[in-house]
Amino acid sequence: MGLDFSVVPDYMDTILLGILWTLAITLVAAVISVFGGVFFALTELYAHWFFKYPIKAFAFIFMGTPLLLQLFFLYFGLGLIGIPLSPFVAGIIGLGLFYSVYNSELIQTAMITVDNGQTEGARSLGLSKIQTIHNVILPQAVRKVIPPMGNNLIMLMKDSALVSAIGVTELIHASELAIGETFRPFEFYIAAGVCYYIINLFMEAGLRKVERKVQVTK
Amino acid sequence: MDIDLFLKVYPYLLEGAIVTIQLSVATIFLSLICGSLGAYAKLSSQKYLRTIGNVYVSVIRGTPALLQLFILYFGGPQIGIQLTAFEAGIIGLGLNTGAYMTETIRGAIISISRGQTEAARTLGLSINQTMIKVILPQAVRLMIRPLGVNINALIKDTALVSTISVVELTYIAQRFAASTYEPVQVFVLAGCTYMILILFVGTLIKYLDKKVQIN
Repeated sequence: MGLDFSVVPDYMDTILLGILWTLAITLVAAVISVFGGVFFALTELYAHWFFKYPIKAFAFIFMGTPLLLQLFFLYFGLGLIGIPLSPFVAGIIGLGLFYSVYNSELIQTAMITVDNGQTEGARSLGLSKIQTIHNVILPQAVRKVIPPMGNNLIMLMKDSALVSAIGVTELIHASELAIGETFRPFEFYIAAGVCYYIINLFMEAGLRKVERKVQVTK
Repeated sequence: MDIDLFLKVYPYLLEGAIVTIQLSVATIFLSLICGSLGAYAKLSSQKYLRTIGNVYVSVIRGTPALLQLFILYFGGPQIGIQLTAFEAGIIGLGLNTGAYMTETIRGAIISISRGQTEAARTLGLSINQTMIKVILPQAVRLMIRPLGVNINALIKDTALVSTISVVELTYIAQRFAASTYEPVQVFVLAGCTYMILILFVGTLIKYLDKKVQIN
């Protein structure tokens, strides 16, 4: 059949809309995953066993099963037991929860590696446990966790492609619309690949800038 | 949990699990090969090999795995590549995980201290001998755990090939979730099966890791 990339510009508007949706999904899911990550990390480190172990089990399940399966469960599963979710909402919850768990692992590591002397100093100066965590430990942990968490965010952006399987109208879905009319899958999937790669480059550059700013200098 | 549903559905889920295992094993081999070749290329003294390695890793890691599967399976025929879904799944996932393994393997090799290489060369070992007899044995010890992480991700990524109609665990789970109107139970069963697979492989990796330690 041969290749003909000239059909791609005709569908620029569809592709651009897909890119915007991908970015929107990434952004919302990223915010959820950061807050969720902090919540899970604090629970797994400091909470009473009644809360800690269910959360740990929850985290184990999320890390031990494919994201695609979790998305199917949220969209098809919850829908039939009375909690219907739109594909978009199911997608961002699924992505957000999955990456919350990965982020919480990173945050826990970062918090544990903050020097014990900091906790000892803060407590002996009279700060309560909560004040210590909030004013002394967390700020230091945040600076350590930004590079690896930034990588997780980039992975989240790429995994946003999976929500096309539950019907969200993001970039892959946009490509499929164009392919449906032109029957040229190679050209449009390559075009989508180029878009993802460019977004990836921007995110990596942004991450490096942020890394430099929050660098933990002794 | 409905026992009747379990008994009716689980034989089919198990068939899917077997396909998932086949995919995983084949892909693990392919990705280890791609990872080793990629690491060799990126560490090479020849600029053109380094460039090929860098481009490979950069492009594959910078785009979604799902898209790579689609390009291979749906787009392939246009450039003369006709693959069955199963083949496209193995090659696509193998190349994808291979790029991540390239970085893992390369990182392990680089972290072996320069002193080792210097001492070996001073003692008269050739570059090849240094690599094979001094550096690699130490590097392999370091890379088993992170490769385990890559393999863990790979097993979960096999679920992606359900979108190009490979009849593996997730694909069968979807079909039965729809036909039995019990998506929650069916997906939970599928999820448990994945967890068992991953626990099994994880235990294997931990055992290997322990076996190669020297103290």
